[in-house]
Amino acid sequence: MRLKLLLTFCVPLLGFCVLTACNSQKSIDQSPTAALSGPPAAPIDPATVASVSGTVHFDGTAPEAVPIDMSNDPACKGDNKAETVVVNGGKLANVFVYVKDGLGTFPAPANAVVIDQTGCRYRPHVAGVMVGQKLDIRNDDPTEHNVHAIGMQNAQWNESQMPKAAPIEKSFDHPEIMLPIKCNQHPWMKMYVNVVANPFYAVTDANGKFEIAGLPPGDYTIAFVQEKMGEQDQKITLGAKDKKTLDISYKAQ
Amino acid sequence: MAARGRKPSFEELALKSLSTPYNAPHHRFAVLIACITFCLLVAGALVTSNDAGLSVPDWPTSFGSLYKIPRWVGGVRYEHSHRMVAEFVGFLTIVLAVWTWRADKRRWMKWLGVAALGTVIAQGVLGGLTVLFYLPPAISSAHAAVGQTFFCIACAIALFTGRRWVEEVPQTAMDTQRPTLITLTLLSIFVLYVQLLLGAMFRHHGMSWWPHVLNAPIVAIVLTWTAIRAMTQYSKIEAVRRPAILMLGLLITQLCLGFLAFTTRVAWGKDAVQPEAAMIASTVAHVAVGALLLAATVILAIQVWRHVPVAREEKVTSTEPKAVAA
Repeated sequence: MRLKLLLTFCVPLLGFCVLTACNSQKSIDQSPTAALSGPPAAPIDPATVASVSGTVHFDGTAPEAVPIDMSNDPACKGDNKAETVVVNGGKLANVFVYVKDGLGTFPAPANAVVIDQTGCRYRPHVAGVMVGQKLDIRNDDPTEHNVHAIGMQNAQWNESQMPKAAPIEKSFDHPEIMLPIKCNQHPWMKMYVNVVANPFYAVTDANGKFEIAGLPPGDYTIAFVQEKMGEQDQKITLGAKDKKTLDISYKAQ
Repeated sequence: MAARGRKPSFEELALKSLSTPYNAPHHRFAVLIACITFCLLVAGALVTSNDAGLSVPDWPTSFGSLYKIPRWVGGVRYEHSHRMVAEFVGFLTIVLAVWTWRADKRRWMKWLGVAALGTVIAQGVLGGLTVLFYLPPAISSAHAAVGQTFFCIACAIALFTGRRWVEEVPQTAMDTQRPTLITLTLLSIFVLYVQLLLGAMFRHHGMSWWPHVLNAPIVAIVLTWTAIRAMTQYSKIEAVRRPAILMLGLLITQLCLGFLAFTTRVAWGKDAVQPEAAMIASTVAHVAVGALLLAATVILAIQVWRHVPVAREEKVTSTEPKAVAA
């Protein structure tokens, strides 16, 4: 009888623990960060550098931008369309493009990447930053925000920022793609920072265009990452002074 | 009184509740705490549903202050109001524990008041930890479960201090069936806790939705079985019949709300850029009715323990001489 009771109560509990453990393992594996770290890159000869540029297309009917309800804070005024998938004439904006494979690691530049909070939105919506590079987060809104970085490979942090307060200065220790930064006071406010080990990255503009210049000749994997539709990889070989075009398409889901 | 060294009978145990006089202000205060705790659970559900858990990034202070009220906008209004109601409930629980210790003559009630205080302190610490560690699913789910446990304790104290419990001689009926009704009620509480944890883990992004949804039919079967047994076998005992009817009604409501919450949050709202009114309303209602269901089940278990004692089979030893081989 006691054994039966023990089994009745312990088996579901054990199952719950196993499910939880499996799920937490899954959440770690879900991080899209690839093996971005590597040996230091060889010096680049400016006379031989190549570039790759192109356009990211969107095939199919573009989803309508969802309106955002900003009524929970009267200080929030401005563009209120969601930026999850931004398509202009069949071209996809806000796709992060970077050299995923084929380069070593580079030292972080001295300049800071700036993110501004204005109209209760993050500007830009997608940004790139190198490992160790400074990230300045400003608040130009007449209301306070909290800035919450939800890193999987990097430490999480969450800080409040009053209107016109000094910028929050942060940096990231590990490469991580599509690291979300959000504001819990204004739940529609979300952006993505991409932490990379080299300076060869770009974000597609409103016309879906990108350009990565100054690359040394070599074989590379170029990754395109969109926050909702995921990652696509392309192999490319660049010779000295090459200017190659690389266009890709995301299909409507 | 039971004689020293003799096990007290069930009737004597039940009559022990007569050892304290009915204290109307004490009982009303306990009821008030249970009601405010329910409001606190709703406030907590609003925090999670509005994704506002980290809108105040520090704890135990709020934006660096223990007493200043921050600007009441965005997620802050949910998170800070939850903290304020929680502090109020904490204060009321201290008063209740002291009052119970001094006014109630029942030893176990004194300790129940202390247990309520310990639970509310643990709950506060869990709430703080979940902010400081950025809402880890395990801690946030524990916060949800302990919150509902405190609500059940508050309801139980309100029951134990009530006039009926204190003054009436309980009407009893022996339980001869197997599994016993008390076993079924305890099993109901257990499956509800499992369901609560599964739901909380899903809400706090620690688990997919399907374990919670798959467990729902198990909860429905166990609770329906328990309620029907209580209503059919012990319909004459009002203290058992009423919570059983309430439990069944809440179960049906909860299943409907669960379906609604699933539809609005999982099916329609998976690509939502912010929490939408329909998903907030359905999930908050689902949490609130879930808490009421758990409390109703705990009350049913307590009433079954009091009114439906288990009939024990007595082993009769044979006195006939055994045949001995020559």
